[in-house]
Amino acid sequence: MIEVKNLYKRFGDLEVLKNINCKVNESEVVCVIGPSGSGKSTLLRCLNMLEEMTSGDVVIDGDHINDKKVNINEIRAEVGMVFQQFNLFPHKTVIENIMLAPQKVRRISREDARKRAVALLDKVGLSDKENNYPSQLSGGQQQRVAIARALAMEPKVMLFDEPTSALDPELVGEVLEVMKQLALEGMTMVVVTHEMGFAKEVGDRVLFMDEGKIEEEGDPEQIFSKPKSERTQEFLRKVL
Amino acid sequence: MFGFNWAGVIDFIPQLMTGLYYTLLISVLGLLIGFILGAVFGMGRVAKNKIIYGISTVYIEVIRGTPVLVQAIWIYFALPLIIGMNIESILAGVIVIAINSGAYIAEIVRGAVQSIEKGQMEAGRSLGLDHGQTMRYIIWPQAFKRMIPPLGNQFIISIKDTSLLSVILVPELIFQGRLIAANHFNAVEIYTTVAAFYLVITLSLSLVLRLLERRLDIQ
Repeated sequence: MIEVKNLYKRFGDLEVLKNINCKVNESEVVCVIGPSGSGKSTLLRCLNMLEEMTSGDVVIDGDHINDKKVNINEIRAEVGMVFQQFNLFPHKTVIENIMLAPQKVRRISREDARKRAVALLDKVGLSDKENNYPSQLSGGQQQRVAIARALAMEPKVMLFDEPTSALDPELVGEVLEVMKQLALEGMTMVVVTHEMGFAKEVGDRVLFMDEGKIEEEGDPEQIFSKPKSERTQEFLRKVL
Repeated sequence: MFGFNWAGVIDFIPQLMTGLYYTLLISVLGLLIGFILGAVFGMGRVAKNKIIYGISTVYIEVIRGTPVLVQAIWIYFALPLIIGMNIESILAGVIVIAINSGAYIAEIVRGAVQSIEKGQMEAGRSLGLDHGQTMRYIIWPQAFKRMIPPLGNQFIISIKDTSLLSVILVPELIFQGRLIAANHFNAVEIYTTVAAFYLVITLSLSLVLRLLERRLDIQ
């Protein structure tokens, strides 16, 4: 579903990603862990071109996203993204947040967009918040709306950029629960996270990144119980 | 020496109303066009395209950096020589207010658009909306609310700037006031009355903007 080849990303003189190669298969949940500044978020943002790659290749469902002939908006429509800071539209109600993109990008009718939004709000457990504004919701509720908003585009892949890092500890669970449900339904997911429990339980594969490189990758069982790289061992010792 | 003759002002109210009409006409038309210019050049200031950015910057700097009075003289006396066609003073007045307010409004627009969190544009784009759609549905509605207080400021400044258009013979409030005062030696009474007219316009505008702001405030 996603293939990353020889990806480099530089901000001026700072090399943030150094020769990243990885693959995400259909229905796979890949968790990206690692210390702050290791390039996890940048890698994720390169996957939907919110960050322009310096060199390399990213292929999503057969499309080379860096290709000039490819319409990036069409790719992004298939790749949902959930942000650390939620980034809901504060001037729109919850349901309007969810209905906007399907109408403007997918060109579905208002009626159908509403039906889809109502079903998604039910799915994330926020049916009663339809007409509230984002500022009236808790962080956990906002993030669940943000997930519903991304799902309304019926994406093939979902990217999560530290979706629980801005939440009060007591609200983390409700968001992870929704993500877990999504994983069980077979959604292809790439999750940048500090939630090791989630990576261990839900992840099919874990990438450990450090200093712009993928230091180690493998199934969660192996990474968490007997990491090969010394750097991974050190990191896990500190966070677990 | 002389007492003030406030009662005598009544006789000149009809003439001042004519002035008020032109002041309002030029303010409304000028600011309407000025807002459009401001929106266009304000977006030009946040454009990636260097040429569009350059043109917008030159326009804003030249207009902000020169007196309105001189701009009025350029439009009314110099422009006709270049285009070989006379411009009526009222039309010239509208143009002056439009291009002058447009430059300031462009900076208001730029500031408001840039003040919207970067995550809003990213959220819109990540959903597949293109740049224009994200601007229209996400950024502008939020930015517009933030524009209202500085826009109110600029509108009031521009309304008072119309008083300078008397030099290009626009028959607005100050022009009428000067005519009356010159013939009847009641400058203090007439100009004070004229000032009261301006105050009525600007206070009404402030009220309207306050109501608009409250209406757009959702929280």
